[in-house]
Amino acid sequence: MTAKDDYILKVSNLNVRFQNQIILDNISFNVKKGTTMAILGPNGAGKSVLFRTLLNLVPYNGNVEWSEKVKVGYVPQNVAVTDMPISVKEFLSIGNRINIENALNLVRLRDKSVLNKRLGVLSGGQLRRLLIAWALIDEPNILLLDEPTTGIDMDSEEPIYLMLNDVKKTQKMTILLITHDIHIVQEYTDYLLALNKCVTFFGKSEEIGKIETQKMIYGEPVCVEALKREG
Amino acid sequence: MGISAGYLGSILVLEKMALVGDALSHVALPGLAIGILFNFDPYIGAFAFLFASAVIIWHVQRVTRISFEALVGTAFTLALAIGILIFPDLELLEEALFGNIALITPIDAVAAAVISVATILLTRAIYKKLVLAMISEDLAVSKGINVAKTNLLYLFLISLVVAIGIKITGTLLVGFLVIVPAIAAKNLSSDMSRYSLLSAVFGAIGAFSGIFLANFFSLPPGPMVVFSGIAIFAATIVVNWRMKITT
Repeated sequence: MTAKDDYILKVSNLNVRFQNQIILDNISFNVKKGTTMAILGPNGAGKSVLFRTLLNLVPYNGNVEWSEKVKVGYVPQNVAVTDMPISVKEFLSIGNRINIENALNLVRLRDKSVLNKRLGVLSGGQLRRLLIAWALIDEPNILLLDEPTTGIDMDSEEPIYLMLNDVKKTQKMTILLITHDIHIVQEYTDYLLALNKCVTFFGKSEEIGKIETQKMIYGEPVCVEALKREG
Repeated sequence: MGISAGYLGSILVLEKMALVGDALSHVALPGLAIGILFNFDPYIGAFAFLFASAVIIWHVQRVTRISFEALVGTAFTLALAIGILIFPDLELLEEALFGNIALITPIDAVAAAVISVATILLTRAIYKKLVLAMISEDLAVSKGINVAKTNLLYLFLISLVVAIGIKITGTLLVGFLVIVPAIAAKNLSSDMSRYSLLSAVFGAIGAFSGIFLANFFSLPPGPMVVFSGIAIFAATIVVNWRMKITT
């Protein structure tokens, strides 16, 4: 299905179960074009599964409605590159893709010598930038980033989010990113979807500063739908 | 044959399935025995057993998440037990275990060459897809790659190559042909094209020099192929240690 109007993605009543275990329970949210949405929640909350569902990698019930002609770029949290004899250039060109230089410029990996390096010898920050470049080569409208700063030190985190902010502005990109960091939510995102199998909060990111919002996210999980019904 | 074993083995080594390749070759034993017992080409039986075992192991692993090593170890010992029980006579069993290059006819050689070229070409067509799936299966699937089908095709091709190799080196040593050229190539490679090329080249050099030495000294070819391969592997360790190619 395709979403019309200002929204690039509309999700309603999304349910995912693995072997009768509830992984995602009745998830509903919308994503506006050109915005950044953070997805926050404890380990096992279903954040990565949500991305895999949006990418149609796992079976689900409910509606996932993308806007017409949407191109999705995906950056997974974990990749196995340590032992791989594959160079940066070879990795980026998988799928006969040619727009490599532009993508590397966008993620600020401008040093040409990086092209001949083996993936396994890149620093954590370089690898994360490279994965983002890989997703950008196909010129997507929306990027799904699963913890884009996993495994890198705090000093290297900020430049990556600044870079993503620039990419969002210059490429008119929509970004969904999974994070555990409240600071990142406040500084770099417009909307927040908090998950704990169900939606525990969905609204503007700035509201994460409020005590009641933090109670909703970090307190005893109460699904938003349940709150509405009670209200 | 050496070229195709080296080339296809390069994927097996990256998949961390090197031991799987070795153990898998022994699974061919009951297939060989059935071929001899029922009077058809035993290497067709070997291939059928190899492919069926590879598919079953691969599928069970995906469903149960039990490690490949454990599953192949089980299948390998089971196959060995069945093979020993049903092999019609001990001389034939010895031939199956250690190979006998003298029994290879010109038709066998041509068939092996044709199958080797075909497996190389087909593997080349899916090589990058296999590598991307190893880096991240989700990334590969999100790019529209059918990882299950690609892996299945690869298992089919590696089963073919191992079945051919058995005729030369026997089931005990054929695993070597798919593992050692690739790990030697890995010592000297920081990119994929060099790695796959060197795997094929080392496979060819190992097989050719081993058979040449075996003829020269009137020794069995299987062990000589192993010694040549080990010499290449040792040399690459030294070269990498001195030149730091992979760091």
